[in-house]
Amino acid sequence: MALGMPKALKLDDPDVTLPRDVRESFVASSELVGMNNTADARIESTASPQRLAVDVRDVSLTFETADGKVDALSNVSLQIADGEFVSFIGPSGCGKTTMLRVIADLQQPTSGTLLVNGMSAEQARLERRYGYVFQAPALFPWRTIEKNLKLPLEIMGFSDSEQKLRAARYLALVNLTGFERKFPWQLSGGMQQRVSIARALSFDPALLLMDEPFGALDEIVRDHLNEQLLQLWDKTGKTVLFVTHSIPEAVFLSTKIVVMSPRPGRIIDIIDCNFPRDRTLEIRETPEFLKIAQRVRVGLRAGHSYDE
Amino acid sequence: MTNSALALSASGGGTLRQHPLFVRYAPIATIVLALIVIWYIAAVLMNLSLVRDGFEREETPYTVSELIEGTMSAERPLLPAPHQVISAFVDSVFGYAPTAPRSLVYHSAVTLSATLLGFLLGALLGIGLALMIVHSRVLEKSLLPWIICSQMVPILALAPIFVVVLGAIGLQGLLPKSIISAYLCFFPITIGMVKGFTAPDPMQLDLMRTWSATPRQVLSKLRWPSAVPFLFASLKVAITISLIGAIVAELPTGAEAGIGARLLAGSYYGQTIQIWAALLAAAVLASGLIGLVDLTERGVARQMGTRS
Ligand SMILES: Nc1ncnc2c1ncn2[C@@H]1O[C@H](COP(=O)(O)OP(=O)(O)O)[C@@H](O)[C@H]1O
Ligand SMILES: [Mg+2]
Repeated sequence: MALGMPKALKLDDPDVTLPRDVRESFVASSELVGMNNTADARIESTASPQRLAVDVRDVSLTFETADGKVDALSNVSLQIADGEFVSFIGPSGCGKTTMLRVIADLQQPTSGTLLVNGMSAEQARLERRYGYVFQAPALFPWRTIEKNLKLPLEIMGFSDSEQKLRAARYLALVNLTGFERKFPWQLSGGMQQRVSIARALSFDPALLLMDEPFGALDEIVRDHLNEQLLQLWDKTGKTVLFVTHSIPEAVFLSTKIVVMSPRPGRIIDIIDCNFPRDRTLEIRETPEFLKIAQRVRVGLRAGHSYDE
Repeated sequence: MTNSALALSASGGGTLRQHPLFVRYAPIATIVLALIVIWYIAAVLMNLSLVRDGFEREETPYTVSELIEGTMSAERPLLPAPHQVISAFVDSVFGYAPTAPRSLVYHSAVTLSATLLGFLLGALLGIGLALMIVHSRVLEKSLLPWIICSQMVPILALAPIFVVVLGAIGLQGLLPKSIISAYLCFFPITIGMVKGFTAPDPMQLDLMRTWSATPRQVLSKLRWPSAVPFLFASLKVAITISLIGAIVAELPTGAEAGIGARLLAGSYYGQTIQIWAALLAAAVLASGLIGLVDLTERGVARQMGTRS
């Protein structure tokens, strides 16, 4: 573990306030979930009464643009259980970002129903149930790193002492202790993205939405952040929805890989991917890993040929 | 500062041309020098016939050097020579008590107070209008045309009307001048701040939404700080306009004090040197005011961690 996980995130550390149910549930949660879609109706598990973090049913979204309609999402259904790590992969324009934005209530679907944490997407947003990480760090350049971390906390009305505590804890979590007083431009792209991840975690949402968070980073930094993210997920039991362009990244990180295809944006395959939770980058050389990667690749290719 | 100080001591052995002060000020000094030379030549040419006529009227013989000397020391030249303006300026600044009616300090203070009050009113109005425009499309559509129209009416035509109308309701002296000045200077501030308030990145706005920030929080924590560079750019334009507004307001109203009053009196009695001295005072005032805004901007920029 190159950068190493800070002590702050040991589950038995009394400083870490994780919801009890999350701590207890994540062991079971990686097991299963029902995922389902109309294009290829596979129902993987029905028995578990597992609570769903995200429940998307028959959602479509059509953008009305100057040069016609764009079907960004077409009858998409997807169930994600608490504690899953789900990757979305597919060519540009297949609706991955739109999918995340709909779940985040940044965009309203044209039709279909959507539950986040058992409530409407709007309700979930108003109750600050999720943290969103964009492709770019989107830090506020006039705020120091510490103040950037405190921003959502200020907005949510955390006390000053709590803000300070959390800023320190989550900076440590992404290995940036000591950078409190720096301004964003004084940090590298990878560091900035870590700050934005810490910021999304700072108010401890159970759901993490990440839209190509490492897309702009080089391979080495990316590998490294992948390991860190995996450890974070393993230790906190959060549900993560993760958009990526990279097949190895998707296979390495996920419990489920959702393969999408464009025009209209839809799900063409959902692949289970249950490597041990304490996996390291080395598993990328194993035959199982390559087999899954191959399946994802085939799915992506199928999606493409549909088009051309 | 420290940088140039260091360079100063380090360059002890270097030639003059590498001296940082030389490097910094040589171009400016060259231009100033050239302007002064051109000014002298223009003064000689423009006052030549005046002085020659004078000599001829008195039927005294004259030499060329006497003629040229005469062009630079006439009492009411068409174009006074630089040294005449400067000595008149120095005289009327330091030659009288600051409260004497012949002191330029006194007149400058009168104009300055109208300028500052007008600037303050204009800034408040400008920012207020920008806020309204940014927060409502309806207001944008209904207000903006009026704001633009307001700037198409020549202020010289409006100023006497303002003064008469305001005088009729008992407002005299400082306030009418400030209002004219505010009327002129709010415009660049409105335009600049509309741009500034809409400057935030869509991603930053989305982030605020994911944290379900209130509109007021979005304004104070995102729109305001994003608008700061635009604010200072427009304040710099506005403060000079505000000074011009105050001077112009003194012209048609027969004001007894102020730089405008000095200009007016000078032109009544053909006191060209006095006019130029008053203009010089206005220029000094303007650069002082811009310098002040600049200094404030730098302080704020440092606070906001702007990369320098
Ligand atoms: N705000 C928008 N207005 C119009 N069309 C949009 C908008 N956002 C996305 N789209 C279109 O919807 C489709 C899906 O986009 P997106 O979700 O960003 O894809 P992805 O993230 O997978 O690359 C694309 O064809 C894109 O052009
Ligand atoms: Mg995208």
